[in-house]
Formats: sequence, structure tokens, C-alpha cells
Amino acid sequence: MEDIEHIPKELKLIDEKGIRLDGRRFNELRPIKIEAGVLKKADGSAYMEWGNNKVLAAVYGPREAHPRHLQNPAKALVQCRYNMAPFSVTDRKRPGPDRRSVEISKVISEAFASVVFVEQFPRTSVDIYIEVLQADAGTRCAGLTAASVALADAGIPMRDLVASCASGKIGGVVALDLNKDEDNFGEADCPMAIVPRSGEIVLLQMDGHLTADEFDQAMDLSINAAKQIYELQRDALRRRYASVAEAAEQEAMREPAPSEAPREMPPDLPPEVDDL
Amino acid sequence: MDGSAPARREVVIPGDLLNGHGLKPGSGTFNEGGRIYAARVGIVAEREGFVSVIPLSGRYVPRPGDVIIGKITDLGPSHWLVDINSPYPAPLNAKETPWMVEFGDTDRYLRVGEVILAEVVSVDEAMRVQLSMADRQFGRLTGGQILGVSPAKVPRLIGRDGSMVALIREFTNVRMFVGQNGRIWIDGDPEGVHHAAVVIRMIDESGPAPGLTDAVRAYLEAAYGRRATTPAERDDDGRH
Repeated sequence: MEDIEHIPKELKLIDEKGIRLDGRRFNELRPIKIEAGVLKKADGSAYMEWGNNKVLAAVYGPREAHPRHLQNPAKALVQCRYNMAPFSVTDRKRPGPDRRSVEISKVISEAFASVVFVEQFPRTSVDIYIEVLQADAGTRCAGLTAASVALADAGIPMRDLVASCASGKIGGVVALDLNKDEDNFGEADCPMAIVPRSGEIVLLQMDGHLTADEFDQAMDLSINAAKQIYELQRDALRRRYASVAEAAEQEAMREPAPSEAPREMPPDLPPEVDDL
Repeated sequence: MDGSAPARREVVIPGDLLNGHGLKPGSGTFNEGGRIYAARVGIVAEREGFVSVIPLSGRYVPRPGDVIIGKITDLGPSHWLVDINSPYPAPLNAKETPWMVEFGDTDRYLRVGEVILAEVVSVDEAMRVQLSMADRQFGRLTGGQILGVSPAKVPRLIGRDGSMVALIREFTNVRMFVGQNGRIWIDGDPEGVHHAAVVIRMIDESGPAPGLTDAVRAYLEAAYGRRATTPAERDDDGRH
């Protein structure tokens, strides 16, 4: 079904030196890039590249929940739709929701419902759309991580960002952040999401088998990685909102400038103090 | 612009610990285990014993006292339903208008699609909103045009004590109402409306950095080829 011809029969997912197919060690993440605020029409959005995964997340709301009978008079609904583009995988994916994407949508909605202050917006819904443009294993983690940035970008009050990462077992070794080949031919994959500040786990799934010890190892790997990812998320948001402010501040730091440096201001006007 | 930039300039992200010694958690923050954290992306402000986070994004959430621009979406025998650009539809009771509306006669006063300037009177726990148009300054808006901005940018558009609005009015001579819900109504001669619209777009697209008033003044002075008469003033990020 998949393009597995390039994989030799006696393939080792991880060699004697502990190097994986793509050159990583057991505890290394794929390269990650996050950008916040990429869509104009959405209240909040984020684009993320995680290895070969490319994911777009958009957040709308809080807005009036439809259909009306779904409205909760005490709190907001958090509704997520995870969707894979037909072109996101090598064989065309049949468009539309399927068993897998409905499940992923559900677990992601529940993960976010536990951090968003839902009681501040009764009768509304916060709608999260996750579009997977290119998939290479770990898309639910990538989607969740991007959606978390999009939620913050949308100005939705929440306890903390949610950071997510998967660990699994390949060639008998517990390893972090499996890619497509490792996911397909490895023994187990275990995605999870945490609230980094409190360490609370808001999503935990497993496909395959791990012993209790291996599971503990996988959890430790994922938690450490999620904390790294958390910093990348925060960085993306800071870049989106503080770029101008920080540039101005750095400028002020570099040259302890004359305190009343005229900035393209007519000389006969009193200098502007400092607006914002 | 000065080196001793106050800490309130700092952009915070949900989950950031705020330095709230002896302060109470205000809007955009929450208390957990006796510490105060930011609940949303914004700028920290300390005022009257509260630490709060001034949002940089987000939808309009009605608060009592807000002046808003609403659009009539539906009418009943003694009330209208008004879209106030928020997640909650807002009813305007016929008693809350300057007119003596007979039961069933609501469509003689306001029809679907018409635009009003009104005030949010109350917002209860369940976010049920009530509007009023009874005060003299409120009423139906006819003619002109409506622009939308992010509700988080409205305080910047108004400026400290209305300085930004005053600046725009001084040059463009437009009639202008700014709704807290991110809708702006302007009317005037085509040139004035054009320049006002450009400035409003500028403010909507501006980041949290200082220097906005300067940029707006520079644009208007260039467009009209004359100097501003009002002295430079500080912007404000507080709500009005």
C-alpha cells in the first residue's frame, strides 16, 4: 500500500551505534518550525513543520455554537476537526472524516477543553481546525501543538499552552518522535500531550506494545521533548506579537541614545514621550 | 524608547507567571496556588491593585458601559435583536429607545439591516446582554460607512482621552463613531473618509510597538500638507 520498496528486507531501524534511519539518536526530535498568525480570516492560526509533517491550524471563536441544542449554558464547547488533505500521503487519502480522524478530533478537543477557561464563554463554541497538508507520522502531535499556538493567537484565555510529542519503540529500543518508516515498521508508538507548567497529561494513546519499564522511558522522553517544543511554541507567539516591541527595545539597549532622539518628528513639536 | 522601559511593555503568553506582589488578579489573568498567571497573549498592566493582561487579539466580549455599533438582525413585537459582533446576540427592548413604540410596531422604527449606536447596559452571568439607545448620544446611524477592526485595537484607535480620534477628526473632518466592538462608522467628504479609512487600517495592522501616534500624524500631515495643531500626547492602552 505505502511506498515501502525503498526499505530493504533486513532493515534495522536503529543500528549498533544507536543511529536511526534519518541519522537521529534515540532521544532526538525532528527539526521543528512554528509560525503563528498565518491566516487573515481566522481569529487565530499557526503553521507548523515537524520533520516532513506540514500542518495548518486555525481557530475561530468563541462564537455562537451551532446547532443551538449543543450549546451549554454553563460553558463553551471546544470543537476540533482534524483533517488530512487527500494529497498529504503517498496514496491518495479519501477525503472526509473517517474513523481515525474522528477519534483524533475527539481526543484533541478533550485535551484543549481541559486548559481553556470554558466557563468564561457560556453558550459559545471555540472551533479548532487542523489541516494536515503533508503527513509523516506524528501528525496528531503536530496538529495539537500548532492548534495550541493558534488558540493563544486567537486570544482565547487558557491555563497554559499544550505541548505534545510521541515516543515509541523501534528495533527493540525506546525512541523519541518516530517518523513514517519507524512508525510503520516499529513495535509501538505512544503519542502524548502535556500542560508543561503543571505537568498534567491531557492526551495519552498507544499503538503497539510496551512493557511498563519501556512505557516509563517513553513517557520521560516525551515529557522532555514536549518541554522543548513548549519553548518553540512560546517563541513563535513572541515573534508574532513582540517582534516590533523587542526590536525597539533592543535598539534602545544597543545605543544608550540621547534620551530625546527625534524620530522623524517636526522639530518644533514637543517630543512624544512614549506611547502605547 | 527610553532605556528604562516599564515592565508593562512586556508581552506575555498564557501560562506566564506574573509578578503580582500584593496585587489581585485582574482580567486576562488567573490565580493558581496563590500565584498569578497570564491567561492570554497580551501586555501586562498594573492598575489600582490589580495585575491584568491587556489582550492583543481576540473577539469582542460585551461589558456593561461599552458603546457599540450594532446591526439589526431580527425583530419581535417589542424588541429588536442586534448583532454586536460578539458571540452573543443582544436584544434591544423597545422601552430602551427614545421612541414610544407601540406593541407590534417595532418595524416602523428600526428594520433588519439598519445600524445603531447603542450602549451595553448589562451583561449577566450567563452572558445575556441588554442594550440601550435611550440616551441622547445614541441612535440610528444613516449614511456613511462602517469599517471593522480587531476589538483589541479599539483602545489604540481611541487613544488616551480620545487623542487619536481627535487627531483623525482634526485633519479629515469626518464624523466618526468608534464602537468598543470593533466597528467604526465614518461619514464625511470622500477625501476625508479615504484618509480616515487608511489611518484606521494602519492602526488595525499595527503591532504593540510604540510610535503609532507619530506614524498617524506623519501620514495625515503628509496627506494634507499641514501641521497638527494638537500637541503630541501619549496613547493609552486602557479602555474608555
